[in-house]
Amino acid sequence: MSKAKDKTEHLIGNEMSGAEILVNALKAEGVDTIFGYPGGAVLPIYDALYGQNDIEHVLVRHEQGASHMAEGYARSTGKCGVVLVTSGPGATNAVTGIVDALLDSIPMVCFTGQVPTHLIGTDAFQECDTTGITRSAAKHNYLVKSVEELEGIIHEAFHIATSGRPGPVVIDVPKDIQFKKTTYKGYEAHLPFDYNPQTEPFMPAIEMAIDLLANAKKPIIYTGGGIINAGVKASEYLREFVKETNFPITSTLMGLGAYPASGDNWLGMLGMHGSYEANLAMHDCDVMLCIGARFDDRVTGRLDAFSPNSKKIHIDIEPSSINKNVRVDIGIVADAGIATKALLKAWSKNKSKRPKLDDWWKQINVWRERKSFGYRNQDDLIIPQYAIERLYELTKDKKTYITTEVGLHQMWAAQHYHFEEPHRWMTSGGLGTMGYGLPAAIGVQMAHKDALVIDIAGDASVQMTMQEMSCAVQYNLPVKIFILNNEWMGMVRQWQQLLHGERYSHSYSHSLPDFVKMAEAFGCLGLRCDKPSELDETIQKMIDYNGPVLVDCRVSKIENCFPMIPSGAAHNEMLLGDDGRDLGTAIDDKGKQLV
Amino acid sequence: MSQPNSAYFIPDTTEAIKRTTLAVVVKNEPGVLGRVVGLFSARGYNIESLTVAETDHEAHTSRITIVTSGTQATLDQIKAQIARIVPVKRVNDFNGDEDVVSRELALIKVAGKGDDRVESLRLADAFKAKIMDAGLDSFTFELTGSSKKLDDFIKLMKPLGLVEVSRTGVAAIRRGNEKV
Ligand SMILES: Cc1ncc(C[n+]2csc(CCOP(=O)(O)OP(=O)(O)O)c2C)c(N)n1
Repeated sequence: MSKAKDKTEHLIGNEMSGAEILVNALKAEGVDTIFGYPGGAVLPIYDALYGQNDIEHVLVRHEQGASHMAEGYARSTGKCGVVLVTSGPGATNAVTGIVDALLDSIPMVCFTGQVPTHLIGTDAFQECDTTGITRSAAKHNYLVKSVEELEGIIHEAFHIATSGRPGPVVIDVPKDIQFKKTTYKGYEAHLPFDYNPQTEPFMPAIEMAIDLLANAKKPIIYTGGGIINAGVKASEYLREFVKETNFPITSTLMGLGAYPASGDNWLGMLGMHGSYEANLAMHDCDVMLCIGARFDDRVTGRLDAFSPNSKKIHIDIEPSSINKNVRVDIGIVADAGIATKALLKAWSKNKSKRPKLDDWWKQINVWRERKSFGYRNQDDLIIPQYAIERLYELTKDKKTYITTEVGLHQMWAAQHYHFEEPHRWMTSGGLGTMGYGLPAAIGVQMAHKDALVIDIAGDASVQMTMQEMSCAVQYNLPVKIFILNNEWMGMVRQWQQLLHGERYSHSYSHSLPDFVKMAEAFGCLGLRCDKPSELDETIQKMIDYNGPVLVDCRVSKIENCFPMIPSGAAHNEMLLGDDGRDLGTAIDDKGKQLV
Repeated sequence: MSQPNSAYFIPDTTEAIKRTTLAVVVKNEPGVLGRVVGLFSARGYNIESLTVAETDHEAHTSRITIVTSGTQATLDQIKAQIARIVPVKRVNDFNGDEDVVSRELALIKVAGKGDDRVESLRLADAFKAKIMDAGLDSFTFELTGSSKKLDDFIKLMKPLGLVEVSRTGVAAIRRGNEKV
């Protein structure tokens, strides 16, 4: 990766403490923001942060918030997110966000304090086996054993977090090492790094792929978060490729925005709550081109019925993703952007053969007519899909970033908020972490101070990390929390309705706080709205207010999210909203055991 | 079609289970064995045998030899997942048994008197086991060979007063003049 000039060059050769080395190495990496929370085992680092202006430290209210904020920051900028927490409970609290970043391939470096080296293994106060705990939670981790190796480890960690399939890297720094002194070396001294994943595609495989695609009758492009991670350029190549080929395109939850939702070839998101046309096109296609997605179970549904008659091409930066869940015919290990560019070039060169897609598009347009994201609106009750639609209409012309929590509201946001650009949509896809949205929004807002950042939330999820409202107030971050309050853990309720005989065990949000008062108690503006007629006005107020806002938008309590591919079902066995079918029998016993 | 694990795992009984030996060359740093072993338990893979030791002090590398089994798809996935671990330099698959020399060493303690004692000694001789320790009512044998040979010998010792076994796990190397 090319780097801006090392800002710390003038310090090279100076003797300094481990804590000072850490802060300077961050500066050398170009870090401008870190999310953290102090404690005994990181006090020397906090001391080194004191009184310097290059790095802004955001004081969170819970370390899980720090790791989600770093994710929001990273996902919206393409840069590496940075977290600093203390030993023991600081580290364990951060773990949820670390795993979240691992599953969604978000670059992150997380520093954890550790008890002094001589106390490690003695069950000292606030000691925990951080490297043991995060071994499978992070892409890689380190326990720093000497101050001499600290600087090199930091630069290698940034390199690992941001290259190949991005992910979180944890650096556990014992307190004595933060005090010990050694010579500062600067970024350049640590090059080159050992870790160098392949990014260039194997060209003959690209040629083979083009050959398959050129002879396809029913092709489809299925993309994922990999395109987003590969940078804005990758989305541009993708758009160009779709334009050149006129292939239909769908994407995973993580890939929304890479191809514009307003584009002619867009089929909408695929998967469990994806569109009818996207899922049926996946099922019926004859050639599938997957770029930067990983055939996750939310996408494939029942594996032995997944796109049974297609040849599959899979481009992924991570070799282990290829042939993991679904056997493919051509596997290409490469950066999604570089590979898409290569495809584009090869396609343009090979002009002799162009597939005839009229029949395929005719079929797709019939499926589109099904309008599977449709819902029945009401005059006296806010239907959640309608609320998202209005939110979209009133914010689409602004520089808007959307984050979500996890649940029905998340799926409706994916279905009804239409993304035109990459990096504008942050959601917890792989881990599905309730409580992600608010801290992620704060992280986004830190990176884009002038943007409109909205957390589309559920009443249950928002309670998991709502203390971060205090953080938003402290740093004057005008994030908007838009709660679709259905008084239920809606997604759980939906599953209980469909799979568990309408036995609603512990899924009602009892004793909800008065969200408006809560917002006010934190120093935010609180708004409430329960009539469709007031919706636009409330949303406008939320947008116009210069500061953090919470909207308690009271919506229908019983609305379900459709379409839905029940667990264990195939793409063409999707349930649609107005299916008069008895939902209780739609899923067999085997399906009920699946998550 | 073969389909490895996922939330929608559909058992596929037709695919043959294969056994293979993997030689994993790793950077010799703390925790690296934990990463490799942790991967096997986290993803539900089998380990039948595992040996590890530093093999190149200068280059700071160790070699982990793993005997594992699964369908071809699972074995491919195991290799790809091991290769993902940052300090892993190379993963070599000694696919099947033909082109690889693999050996294991066992120390086997047998206690017995009379005919049993004579019989264990006779069998040890037939298997070319060495006697490492001898007492009036016990022997400790050292036996080197394929895992199969060790299994056979241990089975024969059982009725003759087998007390304890210590095995090293498999060490393996490819035939020919090339380095992995
Ligand atoms: C940390 C965490 N715990 C539990 C779950 C399981 N879960 C998934 S969705 C959901 C309900 C979410 O309710 P709410 O935030 O109100 O959103 P809604 O579905 O009503 O829109 C639960 C409990 C989860 N995803 N994350």
